[in-house]
Amino acid sequence: MATATLANKEVEVTEEGFLVNPDDWTEDIAKEIAKQEGIELTDRHWDVIRFMREDYKKNGTSATIRHITKHSDITTKELYQLFPKGPAKLAAKIAGVPKPVGCI
Amino acid sequence: MKKLVILGAGTAGTMIANHLHKRLKHKDWEVTLLDPNPDHYYQPGFLFVPFGIYSIEDTKKPKQKFIPSGMQLVQKGVEAIEPDKNQLILEGGEKLSYDILIVATGSRIVPEETEGMKDRLWRKKIFDFYTPEGAVELYKALQNFEGGDLVIHLTEMPIKCPVAPLEFSFLADWYLTKKGLRNKTRITYVTPLSGAFTKPVTTKVLGEVFARKNIALEADFMVEHIDNEKQKLVSYDEREVPFDLLVTIPTNMGAKVIETSGFGDDLYFIPTDHGTLQSKVAENMFVIGDATNVPASKAGSVAHFEAEILIENILAYIDGKEFPEKFDGHANCFIESGFKKGFLIDFNYDHEPVPGKFPFAGIGPLSLLKESRLNHLGKMAFRWIYWNMLLKARKIPGVTARMKLSGKKFPK
Repeated sequence: MATATLANKEVEVTEEGFLVNPDDWTEDIAKEIAKQEGIELTDRHWDVIRFMREDYKKNGTSATIRHITKHSDITTKELYQLFPKGPAKLAAKIAGVPKPVGCI
Repeated sequence: MKKLVILGAGTAGTMIANHLHKRLKHKDWEVTLLDPNPDHYYQPGFLFVPFGIYSIEDTKKPKQKFIPSGMQLVQKGVEAIEPDKNQLILEGGEKLSYDILIVATGSRIVPEETEGMKDRLWRKKIFDFYTPEGAVELYKALQNFEGGDLVIHLTEMPIKCPVAPLEFSFLADWYLTKKGLRNKTRITYVTPLSGAFTKPVTTKVLGEVFARKNIALEADFMVEHIDNEKQKLVSYDEREVPFDLLVTIPTNMGAKVIETSGFGDDLYFIPTDHGTLQSKVAENMFVIGDATNVPASKAGSVAHFEAEILIENILAYIDGKEFPEKFDGHANCFIESGFKKGFLIDFNYDHEPVPGKFPFAGIGPLSLLKESRLNHLGKMAFRWIYWNMLLKARKIPGVTARMKLSGKKFPK
């Protein structure tokens, strides 16, 4: 564990930069993490981010790609365009929820 | 008499049946196992079939042989589980009621989930080795293989035995070397993960093995479709991997009956308490093996450790006591690495595999996360241990249900 200053706020992060406490998250923090990852957030990104946060609150785990596409109107193709390489991981990071445990 | 039903007589179902046979009061309980398939396969053996190390017959015995006396194995499929009525609907419509249900329905491959997988090239150029038929067909394909692009591919996590595709790649390197075809073959490992394995220390160690064996790694690759015309895997971010022979691990899902019963997760695995192994569906429903959604490997060793925990919890449940045991996610897997060598890894929910000694701290004799000949011999001895000890719920000296921290070198 380490601390980082994101959007002028001191927060606890994991080694890979995921927020330790999802409640620390703010929209400004999302923008800053996205910027570090080289992503300019559009409305469609925000749809995914909001889905990730609401779903985490409901289920207590971070959504997998399959879960996002099954329960929203976002397709896998689009997810890869919005969050390149590893969309579930990247979207979780920007949405301030834990790294998905889909990979065991 | 009260009724306990075990749904599925595979690895997990058979193990828990044997624990129950030793511990349950026989005069109070009638135990029934339901499974439509008469054959019990030693599934770790499927890895060796394509290379001709085992024949499929070497991996198979009748299920009935491992069902304890006094328990009935009914060879019928189940169409639905009705937890609110404490009953099962069997194929043909017959109903079976229960007081306690243990679900051990495992996982299955679903190649239909990927466009172009179960298409023209299925079992001609595209193979699985997670089914007996797939392993046998792949054996024939490897016999006729003359070199080119051999691609080993993982579709989506989680999969049963996450080390099997790695082992397949290492064995393919050995097999093709032996046949004089290695210099005519490019081996590529394609995975949706960011590296060779799911845990960092192991990924680093295996990454070095990949380099040494000249196996290319195509990471972060999520397949969108398979182009049968051009023989290519195509990812969502439009990367392409050509193949002459594709060995894929299709999407893994829970049993059809979980889907039809309507209480599974997105992949039809059953929401299960990570510690007690009680389902989150009904308090008299417990889950063991690949059928759970617990964040542990889907592996025979996990089913074995779960059985040792679950037996205590079910006996407590029957007596109306609190659950005494908690599963820690313990998994223990050999990784065959070719040329008669292997690795061994030991890990749980909280601790990734690290170097050390197993099962006795400081002594071994097996080495963790280190390639050795003894680990290979362990892997080959495992079939005997499986049939004669694990299925029969006999203890292996020094091997505990909960993972030991002693004897391990954790990173600082």
